[in-house]
Amino acid sequence: MINAVGIDIGSTYTKAICLNGDRKVVGMAVRKTGFKLAQAAEAVFEDLLKNCKLDRSEVTYVSSTGYGRYVVDFRHAQVTELTAHAQAATQLFPDTRTILDIGGQDIKAIKVDAEGRVKAFRLNDKCAAGTGAFLEKTARYLGLSTEDIGPYAKRSTSPKAISSVCAVFAESEVINHLANGIPAEDIMMGAMVSLGGRAIQLMRRVGLEPGFMLTGGMTRNIAMIDALQSALGSRFHVAPDGLGQLNGAYGAAYLGLRRVEKLRAEGKPIPPTAAELGGEEKKPARRWSAMALTERRFEMPADTGDTGECPVVTTETNRGKAPVHRISADEVKAEAGKAVPAAS
Amino acid sequence: MKYVGGVDVGSTQTKAVIIDENGTVVGRALVDMETSMITVAEDAFKAALENAGIEQSQVVRIAGTGYGRYNVKFGHEQVTEITCHAKGAVSLFPNTRTVIDIGGQDTKAISVKPDGQVDDFTMNDKCAAGTGRFLGAASYALELPLSELGTLALRSKNPVRITTTCTVFAESEIISHLAKGILPEDVLMGVHQAITARCVSLARRVGINPEVTFTGGVSRNQAMVKLIEDAIGTKLNVSPEAHFCGALGAALFARDHAFGLTAEPAVA
Repeated sequence: MINAVGIDIGSTYTKAICLNGDRKVVGMAVRKTGFKLAQAAEAVFEDLLKNCKLDRSEVTYVSSTGYGRYVVDFRHAQVTELTAHAQAATQLFPDTRTILDIGGQDIKAIKVDAEGRVKAFRLNDKCAAGTGAFLEKTARYLGLSTEDIGPYAKRSTSPKAISSVCAVFAESEVINHLANGIPAEDIMMGAMVSLGGRAIQLMRRVGLEPGFMLTGGMTRNIAMIDALQSALGSRFHVAPDGLGQLNGAYGAAYLGLRRVEKLRAEGKPIPPTAAELGGEEKKPARRWSAMALTERRFEMPADTGDTGECPVVTTETNRGKAPVHRISADEVKAEAGKAVPAAS
Repeated sequence: MKYVGGVDVGSTQTKAVIIDENGTVVGRALVDMETSMITVAEDAFKAALENAGIEQSQVVRIAGTGYGRYNVKFGHEQVTEITCHAKGAVSLFPNTRTVIDIGGQDTKAISVKPDGQVDDFTMNDKCAAGTGRFLGAASYALELPLSELGTLALRSKNPVRITTTCTVFAESEIISHLAKGILPEDVLMGVHQAITARCVSLARRVGINPEVTFTGGVSRNQAMVKLIEDAIGTKLNVSPEAHFCGALGAALFARDHAFGLTAEPAVA
């Protein structure tokens, strides 16, 4: 029996999922990431084992992904979140060609081919505008939990747009709107409409090839799904049963499962974990290392004047210099271009 | 004696200043942002009256400024904060040619003509990077009041580099550095350096000509003063009134218009 586990350590939540040899979901677990990534990974793994009623020894293979993937020392392998998302999307909805993933501090648009290979992608690499942070700040001011904001915003009759791009300025704008007596549900829905618009703008940069899928924590928010669909003018595939938030973890687990099947077919043993290998230098695992994933920064879209990034960010000291903790471009290309066979 | 007032409704704090006919500051007040900009403006003004020990009836004209200037409902006129900061800075330091103002969510650089008029300005209009908000994030992460950040930062020997631009990302980066055991002063110095780099590049767009006057709440931070001085290679004028510079400028406009020193604006 195979039990392949995928762990996705994101900026806000850490997600884990277990798939069995029949490619069925055995169980899942989600936890706040916090700032101690290794502990978060360990804790979510414990939660997962409990939910699946499995013992550690019954887990065949562990793949990690997300910005904290290198801190999981019980991992057998790690994959970038782009590869993981692309794989999971093609598994769950085979006609997916364009993925939009909205996380706590990240927003990604990924173009994939029929085999689940990453053809192009765009990230918000410099600015939190349009990410979950924007909604979280709005919700915090309105005294709502992130679970409640979807149903709450659905009550809105005339959404009040948030014109600020910056998540920090948006917070001030929300306070203003509240002071002016605008109902909280209209502000919340307005924030979602604004966020939706920015997210679709990012998607346009990889091309809007039909077969859209929405992933990430935003899939839990029904009002947000509506806002995104009306901005896009088309429907998104959304994985059922809360699986949307675990898309990256699912992809990592699925790739691990494929690897195990291949190794078994060839009669080879499961490779050791990172901890067993020991001595291996841990790469710095930081949120902003994801920024280095793309060499092409946000590009000015030809049709609008909005760059989607902060206009006053040119600093004399950083200009032209590579970020300190960056993944080399070659590494990224190797990862993105890796041919991943489609499931039969 | 007749008095005039200036109320500067900023993103984070509201400042009110009362001056007499000669332009001497007789009362000032600083109030943290509340949910309503209308009441915060009233509260700040009342506190300034109290501080000056005068009645509202003695104040003949009031000007509002700052991004919430239209919420100063009792004001007779509104003046943009750019104009007010230039006016205030020139009254404090008559040879001012460049004003650098760092507030809670705004960073501005203003070049001033020899006659005190605004020549050009730049500001962060879309993004909170390089503003006092960066210090706010550090204050939150370190659980230290804003007033202690500068002093602590100056003790740093090995400042870390804050690589993110976005304030939201920077907050995560700061906490992550601290979680790794990096000394608070080294993280803080990195934060100060990041703000300096951004604000100096902003100021270079309008041109940095001496004398340079530093205003806004962040001018009270000694580490910021030192870092900006080092970066631009010239001394900064920092007045004890620097935090109230915008409100002072507004009050000076109110005085000019109340006593007919300059023509009253056509549109109040």
